[in-house]
Amino acid sequence: MERRHFLRASVGFACCAAGVEVVALAAPRRIAVEARKFQFTPSEITVRKGETVTFVLTSVDFPHGFSLPDFGVRKDLIPGMVLEVTITPANAGRFHYLCDNFCGDGHDRMSGILVVA
Amino acid sequence: MDGIDRREFIKLAGFGGLVFASGLPGCAHLAGPGGGDFHFLQLSDLHWGYNIASVNPDFAGTLPKAIAAVNSLDQKPDFVVFTGDLTQTTDDPKLRRARMQQVREMTSKLNVPKVWYFAGEHDAALDRGEAYQETFGETLRYTFDHKGIHFIVLDNTSDPAPILGEKQLEWLRADLAKLSRDQPIVVLTHRPLFSMYPQWDWATRDGQAAIDLLMPFPNVTVFYGHVHHENHHRTSHIAHHSALSLMFPLAPVGTVEKKTQVPWNAAAPYKGLGYRDVGAGPRREATPLEIPVKA
Ligand SMILES: [Cu+2]
Ligand SMILES: [Fe+2]
Repeated sequence: MERRHFLRASVGFACCAAGVEVVALAAPRRIAVEARKFQFTPSEITVRKGETVTFVLTSVDFPHGFSLPDFGVRKDLIPGMVLEVTITPANAGRFHYLCDNFCGDGHDRMSGILVVA
Repeated sequence: MDGIDRREFIKLAGFGGLVFASGLPGCAHLAGPGGGDFHFLQLSDLHWGYNIASVNPDFAGTLPKAIAAVNSLDQKPDFVVFTGDLTQTTDDPKLRRARMQQVREMTSKLNVPKVWYFAGEHDAALDRGEAYQETFGETLRYTFDHKGIHFIVLDNTSDPAPILGEKQLEWLRADLAKLSRDQPIVVLTHRPLFSMYPQWDWATRDGQAAIDLLMPFPNVTVFYGHVHHENHHRTSHIAHHSALSLMFPLAPVGTVEKKTQVPWNAAAPYKGLGYRDVGAGPRREATPLEIPVKA
């Protein structure tokens, strides 16, 4: 159930006649991912199956791409900007992320692995 | 001449040893008297300047070997086309130009009526094709017609993105609009147009848009490079054939986790390196035949 991923929080007004319950999103774990010629840091990320995580993406030196094809995610990382991507992996496995903007002579090895355990 | 005859022929023509057909339907005609059929060669992914000896200790000799083999053919191809990654990329623009110049000099020794070139991302992505166009004097995309076939060269590498882009798709749309539906078409490009394996950057982001434009034409074949191993795929009726490299093989998807250059095997030197002979004609599907580099 989706609702399992939510934190239930009471509004805190015990006298509220309507008994309204506010359902707030649990803050997903935030994982910083930095791109620079020619690597991602970290180059391996481990998350739990069903865990919602937010990647906080930055680039140091080039409009690197951040592509995570198995999750339909791809972004251009413009140096100086911060981008966030949130996913909730449903299946365990090892998934590639890579720079998909040709960035120089180490481009072909600029990739990482997302491990969903 | 059927496929077997053609294999036999190529043996006799001086390749010797093992030549394997791709196992695809359709026969592989050679230029035949009066038939209008012909053949051309696809050489791909030269990566000149690459120098990792554990993968290819003969990094300086493999391309010259292939050129010599082509020149020893009795049955000359009508043309040779180089489908990108002529050079190994470098961040140094001077070295990039030097490598291209060397490729140009070496390939000028090809004793064939015509040589076509176009760029791969290693050649063009870091400067939008500037050094490439300076050296080879070709535009990044173009068309030509040969013996009843319309050839279309698509550029999916000079934008680092890598995309064909709206402008090029518009250009393609306009070009196709001039053709009748039964016009046989061969598309030459560097990256796969279909989404082969974007996890390893084996794709063109908007490649499907080009495939969609080509769909109304019943006779379309795509020859490309980039993935450094032989792969045959169909999107509906359109055939897509990837070529071997003349510098280093890459392992196919499913055999390794990360994109991997296949190490040199001393017991089978040059294994996985080669080029391609394509039999073509206006009344049949263009058919590839892979030719390994011989020790
Ligand atoms: Cu390539
Ligand atoms: Fe290549």
